[in-house]
Amino acid sequence: MTGAAVIDVQGLTRRFGPLTAVDHVDFQVGKGELFGFLGPNGAGKTTTVRMLTGVIEPSEGTASIEGHDVRLEPVLSRAHLAVVPEQANVYLDLSVRRNVMLMAQLHGVARRQRIRESERLLELTGLADRGRHKARTLSKGLRQRLMLCAALVTDPDILFLDEPTAGLDVKSARLIRRVVRDMNSDGLTVFLTTHNMEEAEEMCSRVAIINHGRIAAVDSPSRLRTRVESSRYVEVVFADEAGSVANLAAIEGVRQVSTEGRFRRLYADSPARVAAGLIDFAAQKGVEITHVCTREPSLEDIFIELTRAGPGEGT
Amino acid sequence: MKAQAPVETADTFRRQALAATVIVKKNALLYYLKPPVLIFGVLFPVFFFMAFKMGRPIAPQEIVPGMLAMALWFTASAVGPLVTPWERRAGTYERLIATPVSLKAILAGDVASGVLFGSCLSAVPIALGLTLTESEVSSPALLVCGIILGALAFSSLGVLLAAPPASSPSNIMLLSNLVRLPLLFVSGIFLPISQMPAWARWAAPLSPLSYASALIRSGFGRPGYFPPWLCVLMLAVFAVVFFHGACCFHRRWRARAL
Repeated sequence: MTGAAVIDVQGLTRRFGPLTAVDHVDFQVGKGELFGFLGPNGAGKTTTVRMLTGVIEPSEGTASIEGHDVRLEPVLSRAHLAVVPEQANVYLDLSVRRNVMLMAQLHGVARRQRIRESERLLELTGLADRGRHKARTLSKGLRQRLMLCAALVTDPDILFLDEPTAGLDVKSARLIRRVVRDMNSDGLTVFLTTHNMEEAEEMCSRVAIINHGRIAAVDSPSRLRTRVESSRYVEVVFADEAGSVANLAAIEGVRQVSTEGRFRRLYADSPARVAAGLIDFAAQKGVEITHVCTREPSLEDIFIELTRAGPGEGT
Repeated sequence: MKAQAPVETADTFRRQALAATVIVKKNALLYYLKPPVLIFGVLFPVFFFMAFKMGRPIAPQEIVPGMLAMALWFTASAVGPLVTPWERRAGTYERLIATPVSLKAILAGDVASGVLFGSCLSAVPIALGLTLTESEVSSPALLVCGIILGALAFSSLGVLLAAPPASSPSNIMLLSNLVRLPLLFVSGIFLPISQMPAWARWAAPLSPLSYASALIRSGFGRPGYFPPWLCVLMLAVFAVVFFHGACCFHRRWRARAL
């Protein structure tokens, strides 16, 4: 983590009766970071976000936003953040512009600033010509853009995004990612909860993976890859389908071979050495290679690896 | 540092008060014209009144205070039970409580919405009563006091009744009617408290409507069952207790209601 921690979570726990949804979670998010929070369904992501945003109280542990304890100073801590939930829960019977202004007013944004900012953000998100329309007339993608506008108009220090692009059309998803990245470049701290590994890999400088209510890992995607060395592989495509999997397994250093459509994956501790062996192998067999490259484990591989373990086994 | 504390407190209070007015504006725009508010807040008292009045030899001016008190009872307490469950169902509630507005300010805004709705609509029975009957307002201060304090207590009751973790407005409306209707019948609206059976006379002081009704009757120059000072005191007590209860229960059930 670089910079001072603007989100500091220590031993955060939430129980619902006998169920422990979040179990002694610890992590910090630095100022200006774009932090990803990943986990399978029911892992405790939303409960964690709800505790951080003051919607529900922790059963145990502490969390602070910009130095303000979420339990002891809830209003002060919430003054620094804005939330874009997965469900685009706009006020359907208010106009697009009124929705944005309402959030600005609730955050105490001065009149002149909220008018100027709302116009700028509506323009930025392609909603300027729909300002007078009721929110119920918007599509899901446009409602999510409206949610982003309503969050950003409050000029937050930290933006919480809960699955912001889930189920959206490509255009809206790209626009939301671009706006968030641009705002992050300007210094906004972003806490992104997502199932979309490509999105997390593309956007996040650090990620936390939560599983069964416990943190399985917190690190940058590149450093997490080193934890899952077993997922490194050489990817190869042959001109014809003659390259048999059994033969490929005979190449020195190959641990395992798998097939994904036309792609053969040769898992190895040293993919570069296996790639060289593969070239020799193809030359000997007279097989033409149309594509070959070495692959590091993707964030998805890391996620699968770390969330495979049962409760308490992931750390 | 010590000198700054009161300033910060005053500033915080000012911000929360402003936020509460934003909530009132939002509620007025979104919920005043919702069918359940109009049905339970406006149509209900009208039909109750007509069912009570038709075929009974009562002078019209005798029933104007009761009609006004009943209209206020239904209108002021209709907004609270609608707003929170409606927002829970729409998913806007979670976003609202994630803003830097305290739960107290949100609920104060909801209470104020009910007070405004009830007070404004009470102008209708007053206008009808003064125009169509020989009723006269002998003490405007007592009448205004009865309307404002009554609306405050009734609206706070409505917000308290919205606390159970139900996401369907109809469930909360059902609960609120289970509370409001029995209280209506022991509050001296249809029959003076002094003429009610003994058990009802015992129950009457437990209803805030009894005090609002008595205060409004005093405003119209009619004898009230309770003295005005007691009515003012009890309505203030009911408002404080209901609002405090609303804050406690909304906080306790917030997580279960999401």
